[in-house]
Amino acid sequence: MILNSYFLAVALLSLVGFYALVFRSNMIKITMGLAIIASAVNLFLISLGYRYCGIAPIFTDAPIDPSQSQLKMVLPVPQALTLTSIVISLAVTALMLSLSVLLYRKTKSLDIRDIKEALSND
Amino acid sequence: MHAENEKNSKIIEFAALGLMVPIITFGIYVIAHGHLTPGGGFQGGAIMATAFALLFVSLGKKAIESIKGEVLVALECIALIGFIGIAFLGMGNTFFFNFLANSGVLFGEKVPFGPNSGIFSSAGVIPLMNFFVGLEVCCGLTLIFFLIFKGAD
Amino acid sequence: MIEFFSTNGIALLIAVPLLSAFLTPLFEKINRFLRNLYIIFSVIVTVTIGFFVSYTIFVSGTLVYTLGATEPGLTMPSGLRVPVRIVLVADAFSAFMILSSSIIFFVSTIYSFGSIRKGFGKYFSLFFIMAASVFGILCTGDLFNLFVFIEILSISSTGLIAFRKEKPLSLISAYNYLIVSAVASLMILFGIGILYGQYGMLNIAAVSRAIKFSFVDVFAMVLLIAGLAMKCGSVPMHFWVPDAYGRAPSAVTAFLVVSSQASLYALFRVSFMLFAGFSLIQLVALAIITFGLLSMFIGVTMALVQKDIKRLMAYHAVSQTGYMLLGVGVGLFSINTTFYSHGLLAMEGGIFHIINHALYKGLLFLTAGAIIYATKERDLNKIGGIARKMPFTTIFFIIGAAAIAGLPPTNGFASKFLIYESVFVFNPLLSIIAVIVSMLTLISFVKIFCSAFLGPEREELKNIKEVPKPMLVAMSLLALCIISFGLFPDSVLKAIIEPAAKALLSQGAYLEAVF
Repeated sequence: MILNSYFLAVALLSLVGFYALVFRSNMIKITMGLAIIASAVNLFLISLGYRYCGIAPIFTDAPIDPSQSQLKMVLPVPQALTLTSIVISLAVTALMLSLSVLLYRKTKSLDIRDIKEALSND
Repeated sequence: MHAENEKNSKIIEFAALGLMVPIITFGIYVIAHGHLTPGGGFQGGAIMATAFALLFVSLGKKAIESIKGEVLVALECIALIGFIGIAFLGMGNTFFFNFLANSGVLFGEKVPFGPNSGIFSSAGVIPLMNFFVGLEVCCGLTLIFFLIFKGAD
Repeated sequence: MIEFFSTNGIALLIAVPLLSAFLTPLFEKINRFLRNLYIIFSVIVTVTIGFFVSYTIFVSGTLVYTLGATEPGLTMPSGLRVPVRIVLVADAFSAFMILSSSIIFFVSTIYSFGSIRKGFGKYFSLFFIMAASVFGILCTGDLFNLFVFIEILSISSTGLIAFRKEKPLSLISAYNYLIVSAVASLMILFGIGILYGQYGMLNIAAVSRAIKFSFVDVFAMVLLIAGLAMKCGSVPMHFWVPDAYGRAPSAVTAFLVVSSQASLYALFRVSFMLFAGFSLIQLVALAIITFGLLSMFIGVTMALVQKDIKRLMAYHAVSQTGYMLLGVGVGLFSINTTFYSHGLLAMEGGIFHIINHALYKGLLFLTAGAIIYATKERDLNKIGGIARKMPFTTIFFIIGAAAIAGLPPTNGFASKFLIYESVFVFNPLLSIIAVIVSMLTLISFVKIFCSAFLGPEREELKNIKEVPKPMLVAMSLLALCIISFGLFPDSVLKAIIEPAAKALLSQGAYLEAVF
């Protein structure tokens, strides 16, 4: 049970992220919320491949006959997936921040609701 | 954001310049050993980009003016073309085919089974692709920092 | 040579635009003429490969391509085969989508040469990345790559929606679009992660063989379908559509239609390939039909009250997405039931509507772009009497409007009629709603036509001119496609729609071909 606690962490983190996404109107906080959800999904992926006391999955560390060995390796595929998804979430975060910077310079406000109101009045 | 008349002390500037050398060296190490250790192009490139971020934070306007965005864009494009180009070179078999592995030429050595320390000159096209990815990520992240610091449109 | 292209075509379809995306900025550094030449060359190459690949598939069946190796799977010493490698798979349905995306890609590139005035190199870089990711979604046979391509698509299209970055409204639209698509793709990734945790595989065919529909799988299914439905602009999450479609440059909007259809493709692929054997699949089908009906109705009613010409058309895009969901949803419902033949017909209607929608909606967005280009005005109340000044644009608008309302000599009539006819057998009420929505669409377009094109000439629009030639050529190509598809619906149905519908319904063939 205690070993499954990372799924609880995944659920908690995504709730925190969704809270920020839905109830906050500051663009930086929305970006943070999205980044938190992305970390929750990454944590989920990485915990899928986790094995207790496992080592990093490197070819040259592998024993010749795996059935004779006590050595355990964590799954490599979820790590590759996580890495890709980290790269993508980095790109999304950078893009959102740059949009926020541009919007801030145009409207002098970081609050997305204020900006929308100001723009709809024009 | 950097205020215009704000000036950092000489100590910070000097320490940042001094730290750049080990950071970039470490980044290159991570990229070069991407096929043997948990690491690779993205990680190494990100490490190298932190050196430039440090430069921007510590030197401020001076660093921004000394770097040209266009050069970074061009380098990024060249790195990505290199990556896809290597994938195209495998086209004799299939796209992304590792045509250098076990060929004995460049990075072409066979890796023995069983626990060993790994051979640097192995894994075929993977180290080359790691190099291009590292270059791309380094330039891309530096470009992001550069544009956010500079505040260009 | 032909051999080379027919085996490697799918990989080239993704690789060529991707390579061009990064070569274009370099050519821009050299000189403008060379850059334009290169862009035209590589678009023609991409589109030719697209046509060739889809032709090959229609003639000789599903193509499977393994990246980096010759075999998709690895046979273990114990005799167990595991699909470890990344595969590209294209069956008749993908071929059909590739065909429609290639046409729109070609046309919107030509249009861009007329309509985009600055930042040409960056624009085409993003445009090529977008094309590569659309083709990637259509060709991939691997769940995780599906996610990666969807993310690349959303990042590049955000860049293009925010392309007119001096206007805060387009930045806000891009921001909204990015939030929706990032959340949607994280949901998709979560679903994929759950499936991977259960079965240890990412290959769609292999997962489809192994799937057991436990409670966790159903959760994954809900996440995947909800995420993809958010991306394709169906009703509960349609609010990004008018913003994004309305604010992007018009050529991009035409291609955005195709890219949301790529998400629709992924939705159909996932629900038909992975979850078709699920015992409650009819519930899923009913959900899809309900969303389809809601999209149709809400889209068209919201469109009636719009004043901004592109927002109005964007709401119509939501409503037309409903027709596709309706047709294909009825098809999904009818798997393994007595309706099967009517279900197949409804599927054909829904699928035919996909290509038709891409064509006429593309044309309408391009004409809207032409109007905005010429008059610098997007408010319908401030545009009037431009028919005399812009005769060609007027003709193309009439063709597009007739097609979207489903009037006889156009392609919209053919697909809508198929949907009405087959859905009527399933439930007459759905058919009646579809007809009413179609009439409302007609009313809305007659309104635009009367207020913008007819009527007295306005003082401030005295000096407008017809738009540049590349834009007219692009629009005329689409109009030609619409008319020819409308005149010969039977041969189009036989040649491309029927194989596509059958490919979607017979998952056995797909599984055989891949793994």
